[in-house]
Amino acid sequence: MYKISKSKMPELLALIAGKMDLFLPVDNNGTVNFGLWTEDARVDLDTLKTVKSPKDAFFPQSEVLYSCYRKAKKTTIEPAALKDAPFAVFGVRPCDVRAFEVLDKVFLSEPADVYYAARREHGIVVSLACHEPEESCFCKVFGIDAAEPSADVAMWQTGEEYCWEAKTEKGENLTALVVSLLEACEDTQAVEEEKAKIRDLVDRMPNSHLSLEGWGQGKTKERFDDPRWKELSDACLGCGTCTFSCPTCQCYDIKDFNTGNGVQRYRCWDSCMYSDFTMMAGGNNRTTQMQRFRQRFMHKLVYFPDNNDGMYSCVGCGRCVEKCPQSLNIVKVIKRMGGTK
Amino acid sequence: MQEQLIARAKELLADGTVVRVLGWRKGDTDFSAEPAFFENGNGLDEFTYDGFCGANLSKYMIAASKLEGKTLVFLKPCDTYSFNQLIKEHRIDRDKAYIIGVGCDGKLDIEKIRSAGCKGITAVQEEADTLTVETVYGNKTIAREDAVLERCKACKGGKHVAYDELFEGCDEEKPAKEGRFELVEKLEAMDPKERFAFWQGELSRCIRCNACRNVCPACSCIKCVFDNDRYDTAQKANTTSFEEQMFHIIRAFHVAGRCTDCGECSRVCPQHIPLHLLNRKFIKDINEFYGEYQAGEDTDSRAPLTNFTTDDVEPGIVRERG
Repeated sequence: MYKISKSKMPELLALIAGKMDLFLPVDNNGTVNFGLWTEDARVDLDTLKTVKSPKDAFFPQSEVLYSCYRKAKKTTIEPAALKDAPFAVFGVRPCDVRAFEVLDKVFLSEPADVYYAARREHGIVVSLACHEPEESCFCKVFGIDAAEPSADVAMWQTGEEYCWEAKTEKGENLTALVVSLLEACEDTQAVEEEKAKIRDLVDRMPNSHLSLEGWGQGKTKERFDDPRWKELSDACLGCGTCTFSCPTCQCYDIKDFNTGNGVQRYRCWDSCMYSDFTMMAGGNNRTTQMQRFRQRFMHKLVYFPDNNDGMYSCVGCGRCVEKCPQSLNIVKVIKRMGGTK
Repeated sequence: MQEQLIARAKELLADGTVVRVLGWRKGDTDFSAEPAFFENGNGLDEFTYDGFCGANLSKYMIAASKLEGKTLVFLKPCDTYSFNQLIKEHRIDRDKAYIIGVGCDGKLDIEKIRSAGCKGITAVQEEADTLTVETVYGNKTIAREDAVLERCKACKGGKHVAYDELFEGCDEEKPAKEGRFELVEKLEAMDPKERFAFWQGELSRCIRCNACRNVCPACSCIKCVFDNDRYDTAQKANTTSFEEQMFHIIRAFHVAGRCTDCGECSRVCPQHIPLHLLNRKFIKDINEFYGEYQAGEDTDSRAPLTNFTTDDVEPGIVRERG
């Protein structure tokens, strides 16, 4: 294990960014999101939750798949280049690390998504344990340990230092790159204390002990026609805040952008909250907001576990809990329709 | 007060005046009340009206107008302007609504409480001018004034412009707050490059979640042009940085003269984009060109932008102002 003082962190980030693209939480006028490191970026490793999750690093909100254009009576089709160089995603929270595993189930199952697969192959994830968990957090419910990130490199904040531990070969390589700035640290007591503190805090968060009774594999019949879906969804605006801030929502749409002399075919995140989601030639199979709302939560809590050996596609990051404009969220759904209040 | 509001709602249900209630349901925390319909009064015991009931319920009356029977709706003073404007635009049916006007001292913004450094919040208690925020990390006291929604800082005053009855505690004489256009003036004073940079910085955070549009009482089109997949206008995400600016500017133009400045757009924006400033610029211009005008103040006057008088400013004003 290594350690590095907080004051040296800018140097470390600059060193990494000199070798590869570096995505990390950046403050833009008081709002923190993952963005590319630049010399004048206001890096913020203290804010627990970025508004958007770091999934953009592997599955961007909008990406061009290929471009076609006509020049001198000849049509050219150019596929977008796949990621072919290492890059780092820094300061990812343990829940968001688990979210990558959820996305892997979707995008790396055959036939694998080549764009996503290329990014996953080259991306190095540096995770930061949750020094100060918040009340909207409920990762524990899904068996995630906020004190023990399972990424390529795990970091802990201990006083005025960060402890650094490589967990995979990719992590070892990144460590080798920055080892000149790291200090070897044999004494793991500070990290163990931090872990214990985090676990104690998580345990005291109001949603850490939600019961998932009534959810999970095989619950479709029991849940689908529950009359409470209506009252739960009445106030839903049908906006995409929950889906676009979610680290595991993976639905996308494919569209063409007219460039004047050609077409850019791109994909962008879609939202099951939107009225034209899964619209087909024959019409739309969900015509009310209640149906759309139900789809989102049934997908996370029933259908996904059904298709993935019980794995939930919610990681309890709590972004939707904080961000829903009308205070509707997955915690309320779990509480009102599950076994316990 | 909660109990009295529930009791009054029950009376109106019992005597057949209304068949449902539109209000707010208690959340699982002190700060997560949600807008809710109580059909036949079912679940009314969970009704709440507290500091976190910022949501404007007027737009839900579009849906309620299509249902059988009257809906009892609780409106705060500023919500009633949106209600009137929707009446004016024939989007809601006045006969389908029974309005109880409720008083308001400004509604709270949990995001502001969080940015004041409160983490792990387990309870928020209001006492006059201060809030006691209980957290897993200890208690914190903050001034209520510092935690109110942005729109409440430019409060239109305590007057309800539409109601069937006013609940006790309404202060119809409470004056509007000064300084509503301060930030707009600051933007106007910038040179164009600086202003462009300001908006580029703000709008570049847009994630096209459409929360601003969907919550906006003035955005009541049955099918929004940005959702219409028959044309090239449908978008779920920007393909260039120019488009995201276009979305907000087109929307601001579309609601110009109809926006009551209810501030829901800025309340709901997950990325904290100060969208209300676009609308306030239009309102300020309308006031200057056509005389003071407040959308939603009444249900029958002609609005400046949909009216013609020989005194109207000439289009050349754009050039003159520079």
